[in-house]
Amino acid sequence: MPVPELRLLTGGETPLLVAEGLTVRIGDHPVLEGLDFTLPPSGLTVLLGPNGAGKSVLLRTLQGLLAPVAGRLCWRDGDPPRRALVFQRPVALRRRVRAQLAFALSCAGIPRRARPARIAELLELCDLAPLARRPARRLSGGEQQRLAIATALALDPGFLMLDEPTASLDPAATLAVERLLARIRRRGIPLLLVTHDVHQARRLADRVLFLHRGRLREEAPATRFFTAPASPQARAYLEGRLLP
Amino acid sequence: MDELARAFGLALGLLVSGDRELYGIVALSLEVSLAATLIACLLGMPAGMALALFRFPGRRMLVVATSALMGLPPVVVGLFVYLLLSRAGPLGALGLLYTPAAMVIAQTVLVTPIVTALTRELGESLLAEYGDFLAAMGRRGLRAIPTLLHEGRHALVTVALAGFGRAIAEVGAVMMVGGNIRHVTRVMTTAIALETGKGEIALALALGLVLLTVALAVNALAHLTRLREAELAHARA
Repeated sequence: MPVPELRLLTGGETPLLVAEGLTVRIGDHPVLEGLDFTLPPSGLTVLLGPNGAGKSVLLRTLQGLLAPVAGRLCWRDGDPPRRALVFQRPVALRRRVRAQLAFALSCAGIPRRARPARIAELLELCDLAPLARRPARRLSGGEQQRLAIATALALDPGFLMLDEPTASLDPAATLAVERLLARIRRRGIPLLLVTHDVHQARRLADRVLFLHRGRLREEAPATRFFTAPASPQARAYLEGRLLP
Repeated sequence: MDELARAFGLALGLLVSGDRELYGIVALSLEVSLAATLIACLLGMPAGMALALFRFPGRRMLVVATSALMGLPPVVVGLFVYLLLSRAGPLGALGLLYTPAAMVIAQTVLVTPIVTALTRELGESLLAEYGDFLAAMGRRGLRAIPTLLHEGRHALVTVALAGFGRAIAEVGAVMMVGGNIRHVTRVMTTAIALETGKGEIALALALGLVLLTVALAVNALAHLTRLREAELAHARA
């Protein structure tokens, strides 16, 4: 379903996605309730919120892994763009780094003869070239996460979602992932990043969606969100107070 | 004691001299059990993965059934296949009774549930690890099976070896449907039973040594495969 005309973003650009009344249940338990939000066609949107807010469920819903029970997702071009999702725990197949990327390219329908050049490009982009022949599961946590991002990029996504990609990484590995995200952002791929690290959100976000207990409490440009959060929940979260 | 030592000596003599009868029996045993294991893997591995992947009415019953059938008594399988292949049975016209083909069928019936149940367990653990990833990569349902089989390839070798171990050591079913006919359907286990009964301990011992070697080799291979699998699967730990 195409984007409703009334929901244009500031500046007149057409959003990548407008969600209206999005409701998702797992079993009988409502995890997301009546979410209305927009995603811009470029830049990095951070999905912020405490544990159990429904952030990962929202990513899985946007990826098409979960079906909403109510509401609608209106994508810019009617059909959803090619989406890719990077999971919190990086997926490393029981093969070498090159072979994992080749697998992802085969999933994307890239012809076999075109794969080596694309693999070289992805390895270069994600700083994995020296590790190309290593078994994927022998990489460090940070390297595996960059491989997971490279694997997602192999799908040539028009929208990339990342579920806490630095949750278990040390500062150096986190920095490497953040630099990679900056490179991807410059390529014009819209990003949606889940984190509950406020500092990381401050460093990276162009726009913030704040979720609490399955409801969207705030949607704002990053500068406004961090300087003058409108909702009491977001204020409490940014001040490091415990949310009920 | 002397008698036992003499039998061991004779057995080793048979092995070293390349006794045609002995090696004929060994070759037939390997052929029958390898063929049965291959067929069981071709049937059981995709079936096990499908059981892990899909949710459908009756699935739980099938899961319980395949697990229960892992312990099928060989003589019951022998009787079942005998009734199928005997002249009055539904497949009697094929004339397979007392042929190596009948033995392959019996061993396949024994091994397929083992392969299916172990593959299902493996598939479920692989799905827990890769299910969402494969779905996100557009590999859902049947399209996920080749990737899951590939990711589980080392563990699947162990599954196949477990099936082969069961087939090569089995005696009741092949005795009933093969008939233990010399130079036609005599395999190691049936020959050992027969020769021991006749008091021909040397040949029985020689076959026993070969069988033991095969069993040890299979276990060693399974162990090596598990090591390789652990190396790749748990490198993160």
